[in-house]
Amino acid sequence: MDLLRFATAGSVDDGKSTLIGRLLFDSKALFSDQLEAVERVSRSRGNDYTDLALLTDGLRAEREQGITIDVAYRYFATPRRKFIIADTPGHIQYTRNMVTGASTADVALILLDARKGITEQSRRHAFLATLLGVPHIVVCVNKMDLVDYDESVFDVIRDEFGAFATRLRVRDLTFIPVSALKGDNVVTRSEHMPWFDGPTLLSHLERLHVASDRNLVDVRFPVQYVIRPQQHDVLDYRGYAGTVASGVLKPGDRVVALPSGLESTIAKIHTSDGDVAEAFPPMAVTITLADELDISRGDMLCRPHNMPTVAQDLDAMVCWMDETASLAKGRKYAIKHTTRWARAMVRELDYRMDVNTLHRDEQATELALNEIGRVQLRVTQPLFIDPYQENRQTGSFILVDEGTNRTVAAGMIGRVQG
Amino acid sequence: MSGAPQVLTQARALEAESIHIFREVAAEMQRPCLLFSGGKDSIVMLHIARKAFHPARIPFPVMHVDTGLNFPEILAYRDRWIEKLGLELVVASVPDAIERGLVREEPNGSRNRIQTPVLLEAAEQHRFDALFGGARRDEEKARAKERVFSFRDEFGQWDPKNQRPEIWSLYNGRVHQGQSIRVFPLSNWTELDVWTYILGEGVEIPELYLAREREVVERGGMLYAVNAFTPARDGETPRSVKVRYRTVGDANLTAAVESDADTVEKIVAEIAAVRITERGATRGDDKVSETSMEDRKREGYF
Repeated sequence: MDLLRFATAGSVDDGKSTLIGRLLFDSKALFSDQLEAVERVSRSRGNDYTDLALLTDGLRAEREQGITIDVAYRYFATPRRKFIIADTPGHIQYTRNMVTGASTADVALILLDARKGITEQSRRHAFLATLLGVPHIVVCVNKMDLVDYDESVFDVIRDEFGAFATRLRVRDLTFIPVSALKGDNVVTRSEHMPWFDGPTLLSHLERLHVASDRNLVDVRFPVQYVIRPQQHDVLDYRGYAGTVASGVLKPGDRVVALPSGLESTIAKIHTSDGDVAEAFPPMAVTITLADELDISRGDMLCRPHNMPTVAQDLDAMVCWMDETASLAKGRKYAIKHTTRWARAMVRELDYRMDVNTLHRDEQATELALNEIGRVQLRVTQPLFIDPYQENRQTGSFILVDEGTNRTVAAGMIGRVQG
Repeated sequence: MSGAPQVLTQARALEAESIHIFREVAAEMQRPCLLFSGGKDSIVMLHIARKAFHPARIPFPVMHVDTGLNFPEILAYRDRWIEKLGLELVVASVPDAIERGLVREEPNGSRNRIQTPVLLEAAEQHRFDALFGGARRDEEKARAKERVFSFRDEFGQWDPKNQRPEIWSLYNGRVHQGQSIRVFPLSNWTELDVWTYILGEGVEIPELYLAREREVVERGGMLYAVNAFTPARDGETPRSVKVRYRTVGDANLTAAVESDADTVEKIVAEIAAVRITERGATRGDDKVSETSMEDRKREGYF
């Protein structure tokens, strides 16, 4: 059994909470005391049905202010797979939250109301999912019960959304007509839509092939921690611990260490359960080399004929996530890329992107909360980078305010020089 | 590893994520410390920490907030493993703190709330800037929105509105003097994941988790084992029932559940089929109000 991470996007009005509640409920991931609590609250609010949306209702702080603060994580498993849901609210801080949820997702689940069709919000969600490199998008056309399960309603939405998605270069797009409230096509097949011959949502999520989404070609091993036991039995041991970002490493492979450029051979790949014959993402391993090189945290192991770009100038799309400050030309931040920290200065803000219309505003002088733009950064020391769309690990970074220590932006590297 | 090539099983993927978190904290924080309660989650955490730094020792100490109401089995387990792994143990004692007047015993006998100031005091004394905790997001709705790196101010408080966005696995542990982070390496694990892992890894667990014939009394629909902390009250007649503990908190408050699961295999099967959350089943203290966990977290609890 493996692991699938998906991010949901949509607002309460689209029935997103109900859909998640339905997935948890119908896949029996709900516990009876949780269900009782929801039934109790439903009754006290005068609902005549169990409001599954209450399951994803969060903190008192949110209820008091009638807002959803941010990403909530939920878990369920079927005999085929374990699922991690990053549940992001569709409104207020939608961009920041969706970017957070989508950053690690294999699948983005976008909800539409069948009566309303495609909205600005759904276009925005599709754009953000693509920007964040989510390999699979599933569009659930919800509330089909309210349009009499009409095939033509579904077809119109599918065609229109499909045309839009082509412009975004979505890699894998699936449409499913559902009613989260009634349970049609979520876990159990709908009797009301015999015209739909695709899988139910759960069945699709269970069968989706995500293993091949990883980059198994370009070897990138950011050194996270150097293990040097000060113990008599293993005094000479010097192991480079880290999580494989991409590619497959094997003992005997020739590797080059960046930034030094010195080469060696992988002696062994250790785990505490013994040595392994290969390491691939997302394994956390420890590598020993045949030669003594001076390697420390923040360095990267890769293959001599397949190296990332070593750069101090970055071209990137950034999503600004902080409400107390904004990004502007000339400002300086701490930057974290793989296991490496440095300082970065904004050399240029090329444009601000309107996530609803995809219009580029080249007159923009700053990026405020939830705004996305293209920037040129100058970094104090070389980073080992790949374009984000080729490598989500070595193509991503965060910016941190050096005064407040708050994480203020997520960055995705675009063009890289030769 | 699973049958398919180059695909990690769920357990291995979760373990790899946890190892990554341990290493990241050890590399970036000045003085991390692992909070050990003797519960199964902290046991798994300790097990994974050992794996993360193998063959070196775990490069940080372990802290136990001792409420003075521990099951003796748990203390024995703690001491055995601390010695085995060659670690430093910091004990923050609630009875001592009561003696010193730092905290006052609550009328209901629960030390759950008053352990928070004791924890914060010890963390401050030792200048720990990162504390690993075994909390999981599936446990409770206030925890569903918790970060892996959870920022705490100078008072150790959690402010749900002032948490750092966590994007990819690029964690930000930068803090000013006096501030700290709580780190939850098991954030994405469920109770079933924990037990499946204990089974797969052969992790040693305290006997309390296994079903045995134990003398119990029934109070408020829950079964409490009769021991030095929860003696039978007047009018209560203990009876022998096969029970086990699903969580292990203070001995005076943790209820047992009826169970035939006398092996870890059977526990995994039982958890897979069970229909009530672990806290709902066994913790009198979490039932106080719908938001009691949220309140305690704000005060600096996990």
